[in-house]
Amino acid sequence: MHIVVLIKEVPDTYGDRRISLETGLVDREGSERVADEIGERAVEAALTLQAASEGSTVTVICMGPASAETAVRKALAMGADSAVLISDDGLVGADLTLTAEVLAAAVRRESPDLVLTGNVSTDGGGGVLGAMLAEHLEVPHLTNLSEIEIAGDVVSGTRMTESGTVRLAAELPAVASITDALPDPRFPAFKGIMAAKKKPLTRLGAEELGADTEGARAPRSIVISAAARPPRAAGITITDDGEGGRRLAEYLIAEKLV
Amino acid sequence: MNAEPILALLDVTPAGVLAPSAAEVLGAAATIGEPVAVVPVPPGADADALTTAAAAAGAAQVIRVSIPEGSVVTPLVDALAAAEELVVPAAVLVAHSLDGREAAARFAVRTHRALLIDTVGVGVDEEGIIAHHSVFGSNYLVDAAATAGAPVITLRQGAVDQRAVAVDSPPVHTLSIEPSARRSARADAFVLAEISSSRPDLRRAKKVVSGGRGLASKEKFALVEELADALGAAVGASRAAVDSGYIPYAHQVGQTGVTVTPELYVAVGISGAIQHRAGMQASKRIVAINKDADAPIFAIADFGVVGDLFTIVPQAIETLKQR
Ligand SMILES: Cc1cc2nc3c(=O)[nH]c(=O)nc-3n(C[C@H](O)[C@H](O)[C@H](O)COP(=O)(O)OP(=O)(O)OC[C@H]3O[C@@H](n4cnc5c(N)ncnc54)[C@H](O)[C@@H]3O)c2cc1C
Ligand SMILES: Nc1ncnc2c1ncn2[C@@H]1O[C@H](COP(=O)(O)O)[C@@H](O)[C@H]1O
Repeated sequence: MHIVVLIKEVPDTYGDRRISLETGLVDREGSERVADEIGERAVEAALTLQAASEGSTVTVICMGPASAETAVRKALAMGADSAVLISDDGLVGADLTLTAEVLAAAVRRESPDLVLTGNVSTDGGGGVLGAMLAEHLEVPHLTNLSEIEIAGDVVSGTRMTESGTVRLAAELPAVASITDALPDPRFPAFKGIMAAKKKPLTRLGAEELGADTEGARAPRSIVISAAARPPRAAGITITDDGEGGRRLAEYLIAEKLV
Repeated sequence: MNAEPILALLDVTPAGVLAPSAAEVLGAAATIGEPVAVVPVPPGADADALTTAAAAAGAAQVIRVSIPEGSVVTPLVDALAAAEELVVPAAVLVAHSLDGREAAARFAVRTHRALLIDTVGVGVDEEGIIAHHSVFGSNYLVDAAATAGAPVITLRQGAVDQRAVAVDSPPVHTLSIEPSARRSARADAFVLAEISSSRPDLRRAKKVVSGGRGLASKEKFALVEELADALGAAVGASRAAVDSGYIPYAHQVGQTGVTVTPELYVAVGISGAIQHRAGMQASKRIVAINKDADAPIFAIADFGVVGDLFTIVPQAIETLKQR
């Protein structure tokens, strides 16, 4: 079994995340950069699936700036066997169409049985990449899974939807995405960190993947304007003196909020 | 002027009726052209009732497509592909629901179209159709467009206020689609979540009362529900409250949950971590109750009460009831 996990570097959600008002793109310099938590959970899920099926391998693929190597090394330290880092100036500010095309090309080189992604990234927030990838690869997608298992050549899991849950199954190869209901990622052990330094890390550029960076084959989405919303000002804060609940209710009534 | 057709894929619930997002997608479509509804008809659903509902929500034409049993998303993509051969759309609008956005994603790849996702509205400028995004916890408003062709656009649920005018008996086409040769995942019976039908839907509620870790237990979380009921509000929660099992994930507000922008948002026993604020800080009015005067939620609250929620909330409910 060969499992590919897609991970992403994102601006730290604990920090101040900015959009450049000139380009409308994420201001990467202006924010702390970290591995997206959901991607690390996907690595964890892949390692669990790997442990359940002897002779399996896990490869991590990441498209991002050179700094994303830190996130990739961490995944290797957690236990992934190899990694691919796709970094290229031509991919800066790539839209979903280009991102999916590049990642699909990188995945194809691996011929995996299963591709695992996070359900939604914290910066793009789209929750569409898994489905786009599945369409490129012409395989089924099972997404937003809060549980995932593999038995023989069938992957199955529980999909969480807006109105309930549904059990899904598909023959491999397939693309699956997981939610944060799956277990927290493990901490890399010291041994893992040392071993990670010797694990294969392949670096690829856009050209090697035949990427259409100019948008010649398919239209792209472009930002046409960006504006910051004015920051919110704090209002009144009172300390409860035994009448706090009443005053709160009176505020709501006075402001016609009830 | 002949308005250009806009394909609007409508979400149908597991119970076989139009989802609330349907009126939003048609409403947005009507602002940029003539809404042509694509209505997926699941097994056992009443196609005529769905058609009538789509017309009432503003569909100028209805394209019905039957969806096979046990399928996920792929037939919706086939339905869109068949529909766009019937009408040549200027844009394809889909709800940013789970099924909707995945259908949009696969369709955009299949037909080589630009994909604009999780938008809060659409419009038209001199060069064509544009989409409005609200990003990074509503801190930025970003407009985007396709470099060419008709874009595929998903609309954040609950974000579109416009509604289309009802249409009297629109033309109806019933398409039988050739399933694409692509393999698809199989779905088993659907398990409906227990959702209180007496409370408003979190994504669309005018008022939301959310509880956090400060509620301390599942039993005590009922206090949040009581306050919500006294206000006629929906119930939300922080991730800590969801992780602790006080309430199901569907109620989570924030970066990895639902984004809400109600008239009133009440945060009870929630510290106001940046990831929680990302999902609620664009609310019109924010009220917070927290025993820690330094909790970050107070920095964005219009009205804050520092103190013990277990005395403040019952007193507030009492006062509201006496009114
Ligand atoms: C990638 C990522 C995504 C995330 N996504 C989300 C998300 O979508 N939504 C979300 O909410 N969080 C999210 N988080 C988690 C977030 O960082 C916080 O951990 C979480 O919001 C904290 O929830 P809380 O405020 O309920 O808990 P706490 O931070 O523990 O706050 C509890 C508050 O209750 C107060 N309190 C306790 N007892 C009482 C009492 N008796 N009376 C009054 N006040 C009391 C305390 O003073 C405290 O301020 C995310 C984190 C990460 C890393
Ligand atoms: N640049 C990228 N490199 C690798 N994986 C990615 C990238 N962008 C998105 N993904 C994967 O797709 C998932 C969903 O992303 P999104 O569609 O942006 O919400 C993420 O959790 C990742 O697993």
